[in-house]
Amino acid sequence: MTQVIQLEGVTKRYDSADAPALGPLTLTVEEGEALAVTGPSGSGKSTLLNLVTGLDKPTEGAVTVAGQRIDQLSEHALAKFRRAQIGMVFQFFNLLDDLTVEDNIQLPAQLTGTPRRKAAARAGELMEVLGITRHARAYPGRLSGGERQRVAVARALVNRPALLLADEPTGALDTASGHDVRELLLDLHRGGQTIVLVTHDLPLAEACASRTIHLVDGHLALDTHAEAAR
Amino acid sequence: MSRWGTGALGRIVRSGVGRRRVQTVVIAVATMMAVASAVVAGSLMVATNAPFDHAFAAQHGAHLTVQFDPAKAGAARLEATRQLDGVTASAGPYPITTIHPVDGHGGHLPGLTLVGRSDPGGAVDHLTLKSGRWARKPGEIVLSSTFAGPFLKTGSTLKASEAANSRTLTVVGFALSASRTADAWALPAQVRGLASKDSPVTSQMLYRFDSAGTKGQITADRKKLAAAVPSGALLGAQSYLDTKHAADQGAAATIPFLIAFGLLGIVMSVIIVGSVVSGAVGTSLRRIGILKAIGFTPREVVRAYVAQALIPAGVGIALGVVLGNLLAVPLLEDTEQVYGTASLAVAWWVDVVVPAVALLIVGIAALVPALRAGRLRTVEAIAVGRAPRTGRGQWAHRAAGRLPLPRPVTYGLASPFAHPVRTAALLLAVAFGTVATTFAVGLTQSLNAVGRASDPEDRATVTAVSGGPAAQDSGPRSKAHGAPPSADPAKVRAAIKAQAGTATYYGLSQDDVTVAGITGSVQASLYQGDSSSGSYEMLSGHWLSGAGQLVVSTRFLERTGTRIGDTVRVTLEKDTETLRIVGEAFDTSDDGLHIHADIADFAAAEPQVFYIEVKPGVSPGTYARKLSAALKPLGAQAFANSASEQENMIIILDAMAVLLTLMLVSVASLGVLNSVVLETRERVHDLGVCKALGMSPRQTVSLVLASVAGIGLLGGLIGVPGGFALHGFVLPVMGHAAGTDLPPSVLDVYDAPQLALLALAGIVIAMLGALLPAGWAARARTATALRTE
Repeated sequence: MTQVIQLEGVTKRYDSADAPALGPLTLTVEEGEALAVTGPSGSGKSTLLNLVTGLDKPTEGAVTVAGQRIDQLSEHALAKFRRAQIGMVFQFFNLLDDLTVEDNIQLPAQLTGTPRRKAAARAGELMEVLGITRHARAYPGRLSGGERQRVAVARALVNRPALLLADEPTGALDTASGHDVRELLLDLHRGGQTIVLVTHDLPLAEACASRTIHLVDGHLALDTHAEAAR
Repeated sequence: MSRWGTGALGRIVRSGVGRRRVQTVVIAVATMMAVASAVVAGSLMVATNAPFDHAFAAQHGAHLTVQFDPAKAGAARLEATRQLDGVTASAGPYPITTIHPVDGHGGHLPGLTLVGRSDPGGAVDHLTLKSGRWARKPGEIVLSSTFAGPFLKTGSTLKASEAANSRTLTVVGFALSASRTADAWALPAQVRGLASKDSPVTSQMLYRFDSAGTKGQITADRKKLAAAVPSGALLGAQSYLDTKHAADQGAAATIPFLIAFGLLGIVMSVIIVGSVVSGAVGTSLRRIGILKAIGFTPREVVRAYVAQALIPAGVGIALGVVLGNLLAVPLLEDTEQVYGTASLAVAWWVDVVVPAVALLIVGIAALVPALRAGRLRTVEAIAVGRAPRTGRGQWAHRAAGRLPLPRPVTYGLASPFAHPVRTAALLLAVAFGTVATTFAVGLTQSLNAVGRASDPEDRATVTAVSGGPAAQDSGPRSKAHGAPPSADPAKVRAAIKAQAGTATYYGLSQDDVTVAGITGSVQASLYQGDSSSGSYEMLSGHWLSGAGQLVVSTRFLERTGTRIGDTVRVTLEKDTETLRIVGEAFDTSDDGLHIHADIADFAAAEPQVFYIEVKPGVSPGTYARKLSAALKPLGAQAFANSASEQENMIIILDAMAVLLTLMLVSVASLGVLNSVVLETRERVHDLGVCKALGMSPRQTVSLVLASVAGIGLLGGLIGVPGGFALHGFVLPVMGHAAGTDLPPSVLDVYDAPQLALLALAGIVIAMLGALLPAGWAARARTATALRTE
């Protein structure tokens, strides 16, 4: 199978005198895999996420995502890489409040230069799948948490990314909305989408992920595959 | 606890100032530029307000400059006049005579009033030495600074007259007398030595009186002096009111221009300082909420935030006063040259009032949002920074999203609508910047047009002079006073006509004539041949087309109460002719009384200079060399004209316009910079999201730049008509102050493509201000931005 993520001896230090925030870590994620990253606060989950998305660069080691060595890319190339290969879902949605739902969803497509009509069609398709079509002209501020997270997922998927990263996607949701999002991620995984899910929510990890890694103080403490766990 | 020096409040103030370094620096720099502009503008406005009066007071000028016959009123008599009732100060007697010097090239200078003084000081008419030094020995002369220029410098030599054995005088300095008591000064013994039978030595006395404010009072003072000396001893007197009138008239033209720039500078300063400070306080609401949550009282919060604005603004104001003074000095020196007045300085009260008003504006600008923050409930204040923004500007995003432009650009274009007040301030700043730019461009073109229109004879490609080399080498001053023609004008004319390559030519004679209804003489230009190529810009009527016609200036018409079509009696020597006024020309020379007529009307007049146009393809230089060779045996010569040197005043005004415009544009750009910094800070999280979604640094820059482009364009579209209107208003006022209407070539200086380009000035100003924060936004770390709320 194709490896979507490849981390080789990756270490990230924020201060040269301190212990590394992450690593050294070697990790691969296969295409179609749903990886849950768990661990207590300060364990290096967000650092790992930032390295995989190219928002941060490792102090040592190599990060390859979707076949591309991203730790050596320029800011411009990283931006192009992110918009093409990565979809991101955040805990607090990070929708742009002054854009409508459909404009939010279309934004990453428009950044890649996708023609307006094509971007609108893709957004419409995703809204249909995610059940938010009736909110197309609404602004995010008027939606419930669950609906906002659906919008965020739609936005993350608009460019058909190789990798979907979800950072505590249910962290800001009530139970019912959290359940909705869980089902949504599960559906995406079943559809073959490669997912990296960063979460404190172990039931969510168990439900959605085919593999779970547990980080403690920046080190890989546990790496379990769902089949093995079961 | 002190007000905000130590303790918790002091710490909050210090940390607020230190933490928001960019904001602090922007407040300081914007305030500095605004205050510097206001100091410069204020100083110029003060300087242009009665510049003669300032110089006259500084020099303790003479109310009356009186010439006595020493044979009738000796030293003792003159000494007694000092004690006359009403005389508050006096100086003299100084020996005085008139010389007719010739420069090193044989050029004749106008007759100079030479006064003997052993030093430039004195109780009255304390001269300002502009360059060089005072005369120390015979053979040295100090000239009035009005003569300083490329042809006469310190070290230049003059012959006292054209006599072969006349004394050589070395120019050792240039001095300025606000009272215009002389054209030149030398040691008293030297003056006596240069006197001749035609120009005997007389005595000059300078007086100040306790009442000399009106013409009537001056006349009364003069009578007192005349009564105190034997009959006929008082040869003549010059009132300072006449000198003041001439000086003020010269200065008057520039006053509307400086006032326009001054007002623009002050209004822009108020807008920028107000928006910068209120914006800075307005963006700190969440922090204010936190302070209140931990126990700060509303009053303490207000004090803390006003102080956070006042500290950098205070530093900016102090630096602005220093910068303003430094910039004002060269401008005031230029103003001084324009007005021909003595040393001007920044008025002390400008240095006090400007910073005081700036502090007041900063205080009010900070107080209003700080009071609002102080009144906010704690929970609301905290929520301001976190809650989704209100719906302001969403419609703009919807509309902009439909534009066929890249998404970052449309996103940026819609951004300003989220902050209408800030956007309005920004728009005003850009609009004022564009007004200043448009006005300055128009003014510069108008001044250049005035320069071209003032000397139409400079348009000729070749000039032939029948008065020897003086007219060529000694500059404009001596051109009109060249030596008597040594060549026969008829032969010169024939040579020009015979010269291959001649297209058209006309002869010119400049003579002093008298005109019925005007006291004293006026200068007349008398033309021979077709002078249409050297015609002045016409305000009404037409240029000379034959004998019996007269072209005059606006002031001439006003002074004589005549109109086009009326007749006027003009006398040259013994020849009096009645000429009909056929045109009103744009001509401010000779105090606006210069007249133009056909030489055929005056038998005694002969052309001294010929202005020639060559045929297309003929090199003016080659033509001039050949013509000169042909004229040399006749005692005349020819030379090709170089591009006309602009008059000093026009160059100075151009420079002032450019400097003032640059300052105003800088202030406007700083206003934009501040707004974009605020906007970027508020949007840092959204920008982080966009970058996380794949927005490249270049797209981020285009988003930020697009957020001001619309404002820039709109500001330009508002500013250009504003500048156009200001130009249309100020120029005629300047013209009227100089005593003339202005021709279309001076007024209609803008063309459509130029106005379109000027409209883009608003975008340039906006882009200049936004470039820096756009770069910051592009470089900001996405991961950090995403964590920012």
